[in-house]
Amino acid sequence: MRLARPVPKLALAALLAVPLLAVPIAADAHRPWLEPSSTVLSGTDAWVSFDAGVSTDPFIRDHAPMQLGGLVVTAPDGSHPAVENQARGRFRSVFDVHLNQPGTWRITVMNEGFFGSWRQNGEQRRFRGTREAFEREVPANAEGLRATAMIGRIETFATLGRPTTENLQPTGRGLELVPVTHPNDLTAGAESRFRLVLDGAPAAGVDVTVIPGGTRYRERPNEIRARTAADGSFAVTLPEPGLYWLGASVRDDKSGIPNVMRNASYNATLEVLP
Amino acid sequence: MRSAPLAFALPTLTIAGLALAPAHAVQARELTVTVEIPRLDVAEYHRPYVAIWLERPDQSTAANLAVWYDVAKRNKEGEQWLKDLRQWWRRGGRELQMPVDGVSGATRAPGRQTLTVGGDALARLPAGQYNLVVEAAREGGGREVVRVPVQWPAAGAVATGSAQGSSELGAVGVEVKP
Repeated sequence: MRLARPVPKLALAALLAVPLLAVPIAADAHRPWLEPSSTVLSGTDAWVSFDAGVSTDPFIRDHAPMQLGGLVVTAPDGSHPAVENQARGRFRSVFDVHLNQPGTWRITVMNEGFFGSWRQNGEQRRFRGTREAFEREVPANAEGLRATAMIGRIETFATLGRPTTENLQPTGRGLELVPVTHPNDLTAGAESRFRLVLDGAPAAGVDVTVIPGGTRYRERPNEIRARTAADGSFAVTLPEPGLYWLGASVRDDKSGIPNVMRNASYNATLEVLP
Repeated sequence: MRSAPLAFALPTLTIAGLALAPAHAVQARELTVTVEIPRLDVAEYHRPYVAIWLERPDQSTAANLAVWYDVAKRNKEGEQWLKDLRQWWRRGGRELQMPVDGVSGATRAPGRQTLTVGGDALARLPAGQYNLVVEAAREGGGREVVRVPVQWPAAGAVATGSAQGSSELGAVGVEVKP
């Protein structure tokens, strides 16, 4: 790293420490994932248990539990029932969702925050927190300001009975997946279609990575790659039954604050049944 | 380090060997391994962990030659991924107290990497047929094992062998000087 002028040793250490402390997800191949116990259920009422973690290999519990402060469950009728049995383990968080109405349930973890570093009175300062706190504590024209706003959405879906789509519409904030093929109606070997939207508008030219679960038990990651078209659409063929991790991210300057970049990311867990 | 591919290295060496015939007795026995670490076009690249060892025909480990891993990480954190070198770990890696002098080393960059093991280090290796095994495991990537048959010590002339990896390893070459 090249520094414009010498800084005290301590300040330099603080500066170098920033990327490590400030990027809970998205960077450094630490992938956030939700792992549902089931995604297709029958009967009048069912339970789904979820593991939520962050690790290099999706669904492999070997790094960190996911923070669930931004967990929102959306029932088919649009209501937001509370989760049950939430707990945090060493490598993964857990929670249960009681599917007590038919249709598709959307399970979302939103991660939002600002982080940045700047110099003030010759000292290196850094910040991590909410937008409100950022606007309050970080001077608008801070010297050497390097700041990023993060908005990340981590999702999966579970359906009791017949798949529905009412609650799968985009909210218009950050990067989101709009199903063309229903996420609980995927077929091995067939083309599945989706659209990515950024703030509700088509997200064109975005790279999408899909990784089949179970990397531990094979030699190659077998990543599947796609890129969104002008209308934000992309297609992937999921070759065989199993869980799949999907990830995409966009970096732009639409943080809403001058000189602050934005990282919008989207992750989903998709299950393909035999 | 020779930069010529192994296929060309052999005749050159044979000629050199003949020219130096009178000095042969003092020429050290040596085993040289060349490992090509492929340059991969991935979003986030980490250098692979690599283990190189000699195995007996029954696949037990006869000698550990090298383990390239994150030796410099604080609190020996780099050791927590040594188990991802699955075969090496099961066949002796887990018996070792890391780091091991003359065996542990930092991860190597993509390109052609060379490891030379002097005859002294292999003085206790009984004469016989072995497999040189190279195993690579990459964070966020895959895993691959490549084997090359090796006769130790070489009978007379310089002996060479090679094999080709397909994903995490490229060409692997072995050269044994008598």
